[in-house]
Amino acid sequence: MVSMIRARMVQPAWAVPVLTGLLMVAGCGGTSSTQDAGQTITVYSGQHEQTATMLVTDFTAATGIKVELRSGGEAELANQILQEGTASPADVFYAENPPALEALREKNLLSSVDAATLTAVPAAYDSPQGRWVGVSARSAVLAFNTAAASDAQLPASVLDMAGPAWKGKFGYAPTETDFQPVLTAVAKLKGADAVRQWLADLKANAKVYPDNETLVAAVNSGEIATGLIDHYYWYRLQRELGPAKTNSALHYFGPGDPGSLVDVSGAAVLASSKQAGAAQKFLAYLVSKPAQTIIGTSDSYEYPLGSGVTTSQPLRPLAELHPPALTVEDLGDGRSSLAMLQQAGLL
Amino acid sequence: MTLIGRRVPLPLVGAGLVTAAVVALPAVFVLAEAGGVGWAQARTLLLRSTVAQLLGSTAALTAAVTALSIVIGVAAAWCTERTDLPAVRMWRVLVVLPVAIPEFVSGYSWVSLTSAVYGFGGAVLISTLSLYPLVYLPVAAMLRGRDPAQDQVARSLGLGPGAVFRRVTLPQIRPAMLGGALIVGLHLLGEYGAFAIVRYPTFATEIFTEYNLGFDPGAAALLSVVLIVLCVALLGGETRLTGAAQQARIGGGVARQTPPVRLGRLTAPVLTGFAGLVTLALGVPIGSLGYWLIRGGSTTLPPASIWAAAGFTLTLGAAAAAVTTLLALPVALLAVRHRARLTVLLERSTYLARALPGVVVALALVFFALHYVPIVYQSAPLLVLAYAVLFLPLALIALRATLTQIPPGLAEMGRSLGRPPMIVLVRVTLPLLGPGLAAAAALVFLSTTTELTATLLLRPTGLQTLATQFWVYTSGLAYGAAAPYAALMVAVSALPTYLLTRRIDSLSTTAT
Repeated sequence: MVSMIRARMVQPAWAVPVLTGLLMVAGCGGTSSTQDAGQTITVYSGQHEQTATMLVTDFTAATGIKVELRSGGEAELANQILQEGTASPADVFYAENPPALEALREKNLLSSVDAATLTAVPAAYDSPQGRWVGVSARSAVLAFNTAAASDAQLPASVLDMAGPAWKGKFGYAPTETDFQPVLTAVAKLKGADAVRQWLADLKANAKVYPDNETLVAAVNSGEIATGLIDHYYWYRLQRELGPAKTNSALHYFGPGDPGSLVDVSGAAVLASSKQAGAAQKFLAYLVSKPAQTIIGTSDSYEYPLGSGVTTSQPLRPLAELHPPALTVEDLGDGRSSLAMLQQAGLL
Repeated sequence: MTLIGRRVPLPLVGAGLVTAAVVALPAVFVLAEAGGVGWAQARTLLLRSTVAQLLGSTAALTAAVTALSIVIGVAAAWCTERTDLPAVRMWRVLVVLPVAIPEFVSGYSWVSLTSAVYGFGGAVLISTLSLYPLVYLPVAAMLRGRDPAQDQVARSLGLGPGAVFRRVTLPQIRPAMLGGALIVGLHLLGEYGAFAIVRYPTFATEIFTEYNLGFDPGAAALLSVVLIVLCVALLGGETRLTGAAQQARIGGGVARQTPPVRLGRLTAPVLTGFAGLVTLALGVPIGSLGYWLIRGGSTTLPPASIWAAAGFTLTLGAAAAAVTTLLALPVALLAVRHRARLTVLLERSTYLARALPGVVVALALVFFALHYVPIVYQSAPLLVLAYAVLFLPLALIALRATLTQIPPGLAEMGRSLGRPPMIVLVRVTLPLLGPGLAAAAALVFLSTTTELTATLLLRPTGLQTLATQFWVYTSGLAYGAAAPYAALMVAVSALPTYLLTRRIDSLSTTAT
């Protein structure tokens, strides 16, 4: 019974032929070694579940390595691994943001990623210590209600959104793991005083939302004029509502602005994995052409990062984004941004 | 009160201690983790202005929702049990059903309906609408079980209906009412999802922040200690107010048919009140689900995994109901039948975990399972145990309310006839307790079907419940695809809710 349910859940019947076909076109289907085939690895995933399911299904078809996919919130999963320590049943952790991965790296819970895997992705998107590999990216953007604002009147910097001019018209979600990197970027680019001022202004003028899902829906419904989100939340909402009911659009901040931050979703092999070989294969697969193609065409709407794949989704191409020059190291593990939020009395 | 009661059966004490030990695990975990936090960090964390604000907002919310739940729960119970309310059987089911709607569903429904629900008012509204059944259920059961003839005697002695309620009915339902109120209060301390949605920060939402943004289990544990302190305060208050209430009577021959209170001209307003309550508590969330079913762009109908998820949810719910009721039974027997300082303390201790956020309880079990019994980690039995830890107080309240209505004289008579206490327990007390056992099991089942946090962390890898699958889709903004799972969650809960009200029916005949 249990195995029946599992089989049904991880392998939608349509996915296998379609994706295997893709794989053969891409030309890396037949070459996988068979020594790991038949093994089962466990992947803790904080990623968009439907996309993750497509990826593991395709991976299993290509390599014969079975995958137990455990989806959850990335923060809950990271905390779970912190509690599990070296006894963790997970072989791979596939996160949404670097802080969750960095928190584990600091506890020496991640092993080094194979060099070949790291080189499939531009080095700027990988862990500086080579402990995780960047798989996909998202850009911070400002969603705005088209009845309440126009692209032309919106400022070039996210810092301006906290001012009294936008009082009650700017929403953000400080408890989201997506907000931390933006906050850290403000601190790195503009300095400690500027970040304190920005947070004080936000506290006085901006509206707090519990998460980006709620925020983007509120912008679309007109409850709030604008909101700082990651781009894919808007695309997912648009897919759900249809173009006719989409009353919002995206505004990109200026080049190098903290509000133009591009953030990475990465994956890592746990140091405690007893099937490190198979787990490394999964990471290699995630940055390969077939996997990146799935990411680029799926409902997750993230930017693929590896193997030269670009999106076919109606997104502003990654190459045309102008993020600030910050390294993953600059963005840290999130604890400093939490301290800033707490000092500002926002949390 | 003596320290330990006389003639307490040792197996009962042993079983009670096992339950207390299992339920104490999260509190032990929290204290151990908090102990690892340095003084400097502890000072910064606890002596923030935010902490004072959170204490204030948590206390205000708890007080308001508990008071409102008592008013609504008692009023509804009195109307369905004591008056000639039309279509009373339907109302009995409908007023209980909101407890089966997860707060993250009702919270989301309200927010998508109006932005007026943000903040304190919305948090009170949404919590009250989903929690008042926890007061209604035990109070309705109590009203059923007790002899209405006492009301008639009081009235024949010249008391008006208001005075009868205040001076006769209220003292009798007080233990049930306070028990329900305690559960509501404890639940509010640990609730996260609904308050995050309506943006009302409480201690529980702050604890989640420490986990989610700081990846700092020590800091989260330290803040959880504050919740434990608040919980102890609530428990102390309830113990003081309840006292050693004993409501039993021995049925003297045929129970007299008592005519219900005639509502008369009040019928229309009372019916309007019931309709309004049900519209707000059930209509809004179900309406919003229906909207997404029809209008959502994403759809999974017919969703491939929904029946597997429903099957797994039902199995888990049934197992959790059985295990939790079994664990609660010795504790309830000790606390009611062998009331003494230590047995009361034992019973009180089992409420502690209820005030902790689900994530804390789940992480505690992650820790203990992996360190001591790794084989059960991420297995269904461990998840069932987590449900038992989380929901034991619900079973306890139901059992306690029924036990106080069974005359202890019956068991004493059994013992005076030379039967050992355990035999008396099995042959006399348990059969009389049947309705209470069923109520306890049903309450646990209802809570299990909607539990999300602990389920996500502890479920066997690859298995989904209706709640986790709902979460998967909503976190991807695919509300259309998520709606069938929530709808089925409510449907699955309707059956035990119906049985629950049926059991209350039979309770009156068994207990008298």
